[in-house]
Amino acid sequence: MQLFFEQLTNGLAVGGIYALIALGYTMVYGVLKLINFAHGDLFTIGAYLGLTLLVSMGLTSHLGPLAGILVLTIMVMGLVAVIGALLERVAYRPLRTSPRLSAVVSALGASIFFQNAIMLIYGARFRVYPHDILPVTSITLFGVQIPVMRILLFTASIVMMAGLYFFVQRTRTGTAIRAAAIDQGAAKLMGIDVNRVIMYVFLIGPALGGAAGMMVGLYYGQINFTMGWVYGLKAFTAAILGGIGNIPGAMLGGLLLGVIEALGATYISLAWKDAISFLVLILILIFRPTGILGERVADKV
Amino acid sequence: MKPATLLNVCIVAVLLIAPIWLNAYWVEVLNSIGIYAILALSLNVILGYAGLFHMGHAAFFAIGAYTTAILNTQMGIPVLWLMPVSGLFAGLFALLVARPIIHLRGDYLLIVTIGIVEIVRIALVNNVFGLTGGANGIFGISRPVLFGYVIRTSHDFYYLIFAFAAVTVLLFRRLENSRFGRALQYIREDDVAAEGSGINTAHYKLVAFILGAFWAGMVGTIFASKMTIISPQSFTFWESVIMFTIVILGGSGSIRGVLLGAFLIIGLPEIFREFADTRMLVFGAAMVLMMIFRPRGLLPPSPRTYTLNLPPQSRQAGP
Repeated sequence: MQLFFEQLTNGLAVGGIYALIALGYTMVYGVLKLINFAHGDLFTIGAYLGLTLLVSMGLTSHLGPLAGILVLTIMVMGLVAVIGALLERVAYRPLRTSPRLSAVVSALGASIFFQNAIMLIYGARFRVYPHDILPVTSITLFGVQIPVMRILLFTASIVMMAGLYFFVQRTRTGTAIRAAAIDQGAAKLMGIDVNRVIMYVFLIGPALGGAAGMMVGLYYGQINFTMGWVYGLKAFTAAILGGIGNIPGAMLGGLLLGVIEALGATYISLAWKDAISFLVLILILIFRPTGILGERVADKV
Repeated sequence: MKPATLLNVCIVAVLLIAPIWLNAYWVEVLNSIGIYAILALSLNVILGYAGLFHMGHAAFFAIGAYTTAILNTQMGIPVLWLMPVSGLFAGLFALLVARPIIHLRGDYLLIVTIGIVEIVRIALVNNVFGLTGGANGIFGISRPVLFGYVIRTSHDFYYLIFAFAAVTVLLFRRLENSRFGRALQYIREDDVAAEGSGINTAHYKLVAFILGAFWAGMVGTIFASKMTIISPQSFTFWESVIMFTIVILGGSGSIRGVLLGAFLIIGLPEIFREFADTRMLVFGAAMVLMMIFRPRGLLPPSPRTYTLNLPPQSRQAGP
C-alpha cells in the first residue's frame, strides 16, 4: 500500500506536467485543427532557459527559493511564449489555407529545427539542474511519506490550470478563443480578430509548456535536448485521452496518464513504461476517438 | 527519342558505371540512398497514392530486417530466400495493425502510426519472445549469395540494391497506372466520392498498407544482410520521419520526385559533411520553407492526361 501511494503521488506530479503540456496541444488543435509537433521542443526550450537563468542570475539566492523560482518561472514563461508566437508567425500562418499535411510537415520541420538549435547552443549531453534549490524533505500525510517537491509541482500545475480555466471561461479574450475554436468564420463575422486569437493561443500554450519544462528540470534534475519528443507525444496522448480541443479534458487526461504510467511502470513493467502510454493512445483512438470529455462530432474521425 | 526518355537513359547509364570511379565510402553513400529510395517508394504507395498519413514505416522495415536476421542466424536459411518471407511477415504485421486503424482520419492516423513504430522499437529493445537480442540486436547475419557468388563488398551491394530499386521503379510505375493505383489516387483526392463510385475504400487502403509493408520488409532483408548486425537503433521514429520527408519533399505520389528526394535528403548531408552540426538545423528550416513555397514537393506528379481517340467524322460533326 505504501508503494501504491508512493506511485500515486509520483503519477500525479508527473501528470500535472503532462497536463500543462497537453493544454498547449489541445488549445492549438481546438483553434487551428493542427497538431503542433514543435510544442514538445518549446517545452525543452523552457527547461534549458530555466537552467540558464537559474544559474546565471542567482535569483534563488537573492529572493529565497520559493520567490526565486516564482520569478524565474514567470520569466521562462514569457520568453517561451514569445518563441511560440514567432513560431506561429513564421511556420504556421503562411500555411493557414493550405492542406493540413503541409502544416503538419512544417510543424515537423520546426521541431527538427528547434531540437538542433538547442543541441548546437547547449550541447548534446545531459545537463544537470542544481539540486539544492528546493528543500529535499518529505512530509507524512496519513502515514504516507510525500516529498515536498511533488506537492509543490502538483500545486503549481493545478494553480496554472485553474488560472487558465478562469481566463478562458470568464474573460473577453477567453470567450473569443472559445468562439474561434467552435467556428472561425462565424467568429470573424462577430468581429473577433481571429489572427489575434491564434496569437494568444500560441502565447499561452508555449508559456505553460515552458513552465512544464522547468518543472521537469527541477523534479528529475537532468534535461536533454531530445526529451521534448517523448514528453510531447505523451502530452498529446493525454490531450486525446481527455478529448482533444477540450481544456478540462487535457487537464484530466494529463493527470490520468501520469497515474496510469506510474502504476503501470510499478505493477506491470518498468521497461515497457513508454509502450504503455502509446498503447493507451492507440486504444483510445480505436475505441473512443473523442476522448473522455470530448463531444461527439458529426465529422468522422 | 523524347528528352525525358533520353534523360532517364543517361541517369541509368551514369548509375551503372559511376561506382567504377568511386571509392568505397561514396559507394556506401549511394547504397544508403538506394535503400532509402526503395523504402520511400514503398511508403509512397501508402502516403503518396492513397494519401494516408503514415509515419510508422520504420516498423515494417524493422519487422522485415528482424525476420531475416532471426531465421538466418537460427535456422541458417540463405538470405535471399528470406526476402519474400520477410516481406510476408511485414505484410502480415501491417494487416494486423492497420485493420483496426484504417478508418482513422488524417493526423489521427499519423499519431497512431508513430505510436506503433515506438511500441515496435520498445518491444525489440525488451527482447520480445527472447528472439530479438535486446538493445544489442542480432549479429552474424550471413551475406547474400547469388548463383554461387557471395555479395560482400560495397560495390557488390551497390548493384544488388540498384537492381532491386530498378525493379521497384518499374513495378510501381505499372501499379501507378493500374486500376488499383488509380483507385488509390481517387481515394486520396476525395474518399467520399470514391466510396460513392463503388470503390471499397477501407479494403483498398488496407491493401495499400500491406503492399507498402511487404516491400519495406524486403528492403529489411537487404539491409540486414548488408549490415550483418542489426539493432533497434536503426529503426527509430526518426527513420520514419526521414522516409516521410523524402516522399513529401520529393513530391508525394511521383516516382521521380521520391527518387530525387532520396538523393537530396540522404546525399546532400553527406556532401556537406563539414557542416555536420548545422545540417539538421538547415534541414528543419528547409522543410518549413518548402511547405510554404512549394507545398507539393520538388517534382509533383504530372496531372493525368487522356487523349481522345475520336474518328475524324465525329470530330467534324462536333460544335
